[in-house]
Amino acid sequence: MAIYSLKETKQPPQSQTKAALWLKDNLFSSSSNIALTFVALYLIYLLLPPILNWTIFDANFDLTADNESCGREGACWSFINANLKMFIYGFYPQEELWRVNTMFGIIVALVAFGSFIKKSQYRAHYIIGSFLIYPVVAFVLLYGGLGLEIVETDKWGGLTLTIVVAAVGIVASFPLGILFALGRQSKMRIVRFISVVYIEFVRGVPLITILFMASVVLPLFFSAGMDFDKLLRALIGITLFQTAYIAEVVRGGLQAISKGQYEAADAAGLSFMQKTVLIILPQALKISIPNIVGSFIALFKDTTLILIIGLYDMLAIVGAATSNSSWLGRESEGYVFVAMVIWVILYSMSHYSKKLEVKFSTEHKN
Amino acid sequence: MFTKLKSLLYNNEVRAIVFQALAVVVIAYFAYQAFDNMMLNIEQRGIRSGFGFLNDEAGFAVNDNFFLEYSPASTNLQAFYVGIVNTLIVAITGIFFASVIGLIVGIARLSSNYLVRKMATVYIEIFRNIPILLQILFWYSIALKVLPSARNSMSFMDSVFLNSRGLYLPKPIMGTDFYFVLASLVIGIVAYVFIRKRSNKKHDETGINTNTIPHFLGLVLLLPIVVYFSFGAQLEYPALKGFNFRGGIDLSIEFFALAFSLSIYTATYIAEAIRSGVESVDVGQKEAAAALGLKNSRAMRLVILPQALRVAIPPIINQYLNLTKNSSLAAAVGYTELVTIFSGTVLNVVGQAIEIIMLTMLVYLTISLVISLILNIFNKKMQIKGG
Repeated sequence: MAIYSLKETKQPPQSQTKAALWLKDNLFSSSSNIALTFVALYLIYLLLPPILNWTIFDANFDLTADNESCGREGACWSFINANLKMFIYGFYPQEELWRVNTMFGIIVALVAFGSFIKKSQYRAHYIIGSFLIYPVVAFVLLYGGLGLEIVETDKWGGLTLTIVVAAVGIVASFPLGILFALGRQSKMRIVRFISVVYIEFVRGVPLITILFMASVVLPLFFSAGMDFDKLLRALIGITLFQTAYIAEVVRGGLQAISKGQYEAADAAGLSFMQKTVLIILPQALKISIPNIVGSFIALFKDTTLILIIGLYDMLAIVGAATSNSSWLGRESEGYVFVAMVIWVILYSMSHYSKKLEVKFSTEHKN
Repeated sequence: MFTKLKSLLYNNEVRAIVFQALAVVVIAYFAYQAFDNMMLNIEQRGIRSGFGFLNDEAGFAVNDNFFLEYSPASTNLQAFYVGIVNTLIVAITGIFFASVIGLIVGIARLSSNYLVRKMATVYIEIFRNIPILLQILFWYSIALKVLPSARNSMSFMDSVFLNSRGLYLPKPIMGTDFYFVLASLVIGIVAYVFIRKRSNKKHDETGINTNTIPHFLGLVLLLPIVVYFSFGAQLEYPALKGFNFRGGIDLSIEFFALAFSLSIYTATYIAEAIRSGVESVDVGQKEAAAALGLKNSRAMRLVILPQALRVAIPPIINQYLNLTKNSSLAAAVGYTELVTIFSGTVLNVVGQAIEIIMLTMLVYLTISLVISLILNIFNKKMQIKGG
């Protein structure tokens, strides 16, 4: 019987080590894959250097430079620095800026406190209470009254206005959207008809026509004495628009609920209100949460449209700042800055919605 | 008596009728109030009402006009038509390029090549999360900065010009011989359809594939061009007159900024729809295709994509509708489509807000209805039969 001696273990060949193997599998696995890799590299070579040159290497990072000394080779980031207040607060008076900051500060504090009392039995009261009281506080802080100097809405602008419009649109359209969703599912024919016509009409036209309607047609419907604030008109338009989209999202949730739930609620002798509020809606809303967040993201993107009816949201500030003779021709810097700010907000929102989707998923995982 | 009344009060049907009657009364009341106020306001401000303004002279020039007769002496109604045509043109252009880019990026996102996959993801994440209006304004400002003025236009063979106003192409003059070109195009298409059918039949019977692409190029593209030139091609060339080019086909830079932004924005959504469609196809299908010896690209084209598109096409058609609605953002850069012309310029001149906004909305509603009709037909046709 032959006796074999144990051979020494060898290192895997060079081509099978981690980095080389990864490269081979992911970039050079076949001839067509190699070609694709080179096409991709060429595209990167075409696109990346000009972008990097403009934003970083040729850019002027001297935050005190003016338009002349900045040069035209690359970006002039002092433009953003010089107009930062305008980008955030619009034309809000300098000495009153603390009010906007307080408004944002309170919301951060509210959210922080909310997560602190996560397990408390009063949490629901706290959330509902905040939703009822905070808008009033925020309005008084922003607009004035109760001893605070009045700041007219045409002074509001920038990121503040974007957030105000989006937040009001979200909060106001949510209950209305639920109403229309229930209306569309209702057995009452007239109610259903009204809901269907409203939802399909609004979803069939672009937001801009609704904003035009709110800004030029709506005032005609009210008696001449009523003076309509421009911002209020935009808010009405945005809310009417968003309501239809929320209604469709919630309807999707309602349809996903099994008939047994309705029948069980009926069998338990619950009234229509009890059945809807206690049994159906909690389940329907839970299912539709990811889509609701998705529709809020869309609304946040759409708030930029208010610049077309003459409000100064963050995007419109770019135009306002570059029409100032000392910053002519710096639109690109402005657009890139605004794009980055909005991108960060939207990207984190959509990641949050993905997290919610996982969290609220009650499906069986196999 | 009392118990009867009580039972009526708790009767669901009675309740439903009362509730609906109440809803109708409330809505009718508000509608009446609104209408009353409106009439009063219109009278006070001295605004006309009715659609008589459509026959008035428009009095303004339009930058982009493709086939309709239009001059400042035309009526508002003609301006309205120009607006609709321009909306449709930018929408169709956008839909075409968004579909092409979306398909490529959607497939690239599923590629086994790391670099290609990551690039597609980065593209989608960047352009999806930037508002479309911001993208339109950004590309418009870039185009204005980068492109030369009319005097220093980039030119190609002295017949195609590009400057910061737009792109200028030679335009075929539509004389009587134009009808021959049209006829040859129709003949070419009919002949190609016939050849295609025959090759499909041959494929079904014998399994032999015929490449029909040369036939397509020859019959549908080459034939009309040959006919056109054999009749002595007449082209109207754009020429520099004063500050700008006159004559030829003129595509404004606003059109390009809008079409480009709409395409790359909507393409991200189409790519995502295609990706989720492909991911919805069972793994077994891919494995079966591989087991039959199909190469990756053929498996994709013949097995995966046809099944994926059934899932992906409804959301894609929805995106087409969104793109058409988003084309109304032209108002921000001044491409002369429906909203810019009608809810912008005509509204400023005439001041009849209600009629004008109503007509504008009606056009978009019609487009939406047509698109959702197409979607319904598609869904019916694509339903998996039997089962």
